[in-house]
Amino acid sequence: MNRRHSFLKGAKLGIPIAIGYIPIGIAFGVLASSTGIQTGIGVALSSILYAGASQFVGVGMMAAGASTLEIVATTLILNFRHFIMSSSLSQRLPATIGKRFLAVLAFGVTDESFAVASVQPQPIFEPWNLFGLNTIAYLAWNAGTLIGLLLGDAIPGALAASMGIALYAMFIGLLVPGLKGNLPMVTVALLAITISSLIYYLPLFSGLASGWRILAATLLAAGAGGKLLEKISLPENNSSREGGHKRD
Amino acid sequence: MTDPLQQFITVLLMAVVTYLPRLVPMTLLRGRKLSSGLQNFLKCVPFAVLGALIFPEILYSTTSVSSAAVGLAVALALSLLRLNVVLVVLGSILAVFFSA
Repeated sequence: MNRRHSFLKGAKLGIPIAIGYIPIGIAFGVLASSTGIQTGIGVALSSILYAGASQFVGVGMMAAGASTLEIVATTLILNFRHFIMSSSLSQRLPATIGKRFLAVLAFGVTDESFAVASVQPQPIFEPWNLFGLNTIAYLAWNAGTLIGLLLGDAIPGALAASMGIALYAMFIGLLVPGLKGNLPMVTVALLAITISSLIYYLPLFSGLASGWRILAATLLAAGAGGKLLEKISLPENNSSREGGHKRD
Repeated sequence: MTDPLQQFITVLLMAVVTYLPRLVPMTLLRGRKLSSGLQNFLKCVPFAVLGALIFPEILYSTTSVSSAAVGLAVALALSLLRLNVVLVVLGSILAVFFSA
């Protein structure tokens, strides 16, 4: 498959992300300009940071007079979960990709691009496919930001509010088809939902940033799921495990 | 913080701490044979991430929990019908728009 074809196929996969990113990008641009920060800072956040939630938080903290250290530490906490997504993607990339191309692909890892990529059926990704997916998402996010920064007040509020559901609807559209007839993954998803909701609602965890909540729920649910998969495959390789010491 | 230069430096540092967790695992783990336990774990990550991303925040993604619940129900129904994700997203947005 040639690069152009592969790139365009990936870009097409990214259309639902673009639909979700443009309105949220606009919302970010509007918020950024309303706090009085310069347009260039808003553009820089979307173009070189490129991580939704932490941009909103960052702008809010700047406006509230937080220090650089506080803002950077919060950003790290919010975005550290990409570590686990990048680990997961690493297993599905061909070993032949050059370092530079890999660095570009890594920049495009977001919750949404990971979600779309990871549910694709092929065990090893075509790198240009992933690049196309990342590119359309990046362009949509930055176009939205620019629109919001430059002409924020002209967007009708009712429509903008309705579009807040877009990315979540996309997550549902990505999750549900993969669950059919796959009981272990149904268990994993339900477990993650339960843990995430518990952390969200229990007063004990009320100070926890959303990034930590998502990371903790992912680690616990995927950890339990991994054990479950091991149990399921156990009967076949029972003999090889006896007497041998356990890995990890 | 109102000094644009200091703001810009802050943005650069934010970008660094965001990029490293995206880059490092991809560079270090690619092409490396991981233990089957770790592979099983990473196989479950997409489903776990999606579950954790959807709930409970979807309920607060619009102006009211009730309109968000309508959007959630429509998204579920459409994805059970195995419609294309773009249609799931558009259907859900329209459902929220008309129920608000």
